[in-house]
Amino acid sequence: MGSNRSFALRMVLWSLLRRRSRLLVALTGVTIGATVLLGLVTLCYDIPRQLGREFRSYGANMVFVKDVVGGRLGREDLEAIRRGLSGDSLVGLTPFRYEPVRNNMLPYTAVGTSFADVRLTSPFWQVGGEWPSAPGQILLGADVAEATRIQNGQRMAIDGRNGRQERYEKDFTVVGTVRTGGVEDGLIYMAMADMEEMTREPGLADLAEASLASGGTGLAGLEARVRAAAPSVEPRLVTRVTRSEETVLAKLTWLVYLVTLVVLSLTMICVTTTMMTVVMERRREIGLKKALGAENGRVAREFLAEGLMLGILGGLIGSFCGLLFARLVSYSVFGRGLTPELHLVPITVLASALVTIVASLWPVRKAVDVEPALVLKGE
Amino acid sequence: MLNPEATFILDIEDISKIYGPIKALQNVSLAVRPGEWLAIMGPSGSGKTTLMNIIGCLDSPSSGRVTLDGLSLDSLSSGELTAIRRESIGLIFQQFHLISYLTALENVMVAQYYHSLVDEREALEALENVGLGDRAKHLPRQLSGGEQQRVCIARALINHPKLLLADEPTGNLDETNEALVMDILRSLHRQGSTIIVVTHAPEVAAHAERTVVLEHGRVARDTRSPLLQAKA
Repeated sequence: MGSNRSFALRMVLWSLLRRRSRLLVALTGVTIGATVLLGLVTLCYDIPRQLGREFRSYGANMVFVKDVVGGRLGREDLEAIRRGLSGDSLVGLTPFRYEPVRNNMLPYTAVGTSFADVRLTSPFWQVGGEWPSAPGQILLGADVAEATRIQNGQRMAIDGRNGRQERYEKDFTVVGTVRTGGVEDGLIYMAMADMEEMTREPGLADLAEASLASGGTGLAGLEARVRAAAPSVEPRLVTRVTRSEETVLAKLTWLVYLVTLVVLSLTMICVTTTMMTVVMERRREIGLKKALGAENGRVAREFLAEGLMLGILGGLIGSFCGLLFARLVSYSVFGRGLTPELHLVPITVLASALVTIVASLWPVRKAVDVEPALVLKGE
Repeated sequence: MLNPEATFILDIEDISKIYGPIKALQNVSLAVRPGEWLAIMGPSGSGKTTLMNIIGCLDSPSSGRVTLDGLSLDSLSSGELTAIRRESIGLIFQQFHLISYLTALENVMVAQYYHSLVDEREALEALENVGLGDRAKHLPRQLSGGEQQRVCIARALINHPKLLLADEPTGNLDETNEALVMDILRSLHRQGSTIIVVTHAPEVAAHAERTVVLEHGRVARDTRSPLLQAKA
């Protein structure tokens, strides 16, 4: 029986290898199908990561506050939050501290922050002039600059009272103006160190904003990690940002799945027509095999084995091409490479084999219907 | 499966084959003894191929009875006819019908594969018996017509069939190759093989002990060769 099996394998192999032109047509179809399948599914895996980074230009997608009304985040809270968020997905974490202040007796709100982190979490800020880079330098919101008529390079005196009701006063140099079209336009921004020095109250923040290159379940996981690391901190999702991210990603993913389905259907049609041609071309051979005593099941198995080999071979070549294809798309669209999802290779090979087998069923049915007496007639 | 005690290896009783309005065979009766060499002749459309298909279990008669080595073929399923073909009949075709992507040796082994077990050594011996031992690894396109027909004969003989059916075995061959093939058939007959040859060539039919001539689907003549009559 062993030698019969190896002879069957030999027949299938020779049938494919010694009829290369026909094999190449079918193999090209299967390979293209597998390439697109693996390429698109790899992109499906990578798109949330890639687009997550693109979406970060919309600003923070998670905000942290103290779990009691009016409570403030301490230095240890910020460290705990940073620990909870540590990993590839953390783009930036920026603390914000709001203080009511005055200038020329008029009330404003001053914000202490880290400008280096703001540039990561709020890339949409349009700053005219320069970003503060030394102590005593501040940014004015566009509306504040207009109201005070203070221009870049001019001095601005700010005074107020701290939590202990102690009065403070400090002169700053305006180095730039921030314009976002939002609440930021009505605020005065200074470095956290300046705020701490001015108010004589160190290490306190009203909230912290995080920009995370993650969506849906990923964000929920990070939220849980922060809750575990800093139990007194309450994480809140910025739903305006996260919802639109999820909607866009879901639509994009469905689009990719739809394209994949169309490509698989086209592959199936290509393989079916090729196999039908093969059956028509080999009617005499099928008739001969039946005349020599081959049962219908045996003829069917031989054709399906050819289809299976074609599917496996096309799947393997297509997987290699698919990884290249996904990489090319990632570079040209997002300007970044991607991590090859190698576990998708066996799934692609299996899918190709399955598609080829299904596509071969109708031609195989036609093959077993061949009447040897009709096709072997000597003319 | 077949009965070695049967008087006739093939017994056809009053068979007819009708395709719509066409009567391909009408009330044909024929009995063939084991070891006999029979030639079936007749003009085109006389029913030779239809009769050959029925004898070779590739087709069934519309009416009448066919008994092969004591086993009635009446109302057998397509699968059962396939099994009888595999076990008892060796087919030789005018067009050779070799599988193009298999070597001569593999073409012989195909018959073994569908019959029971492949045996490369035995297949090579079969090719050597028809003078093609040195051409075993050649593909059909690398062989001449005569060589291809000899591969076809080796394939038909490899499973030791009870009945050898040849449809115009020399129809596509030149004189030299025709002589070679007829020599092989003569040798097989001497060894006791039962051979039925369908031909329109009188010189091929002349090698047979008996000639049946079909006309319009009926047996017009059933003659034995003078040599055989003399023996009788």
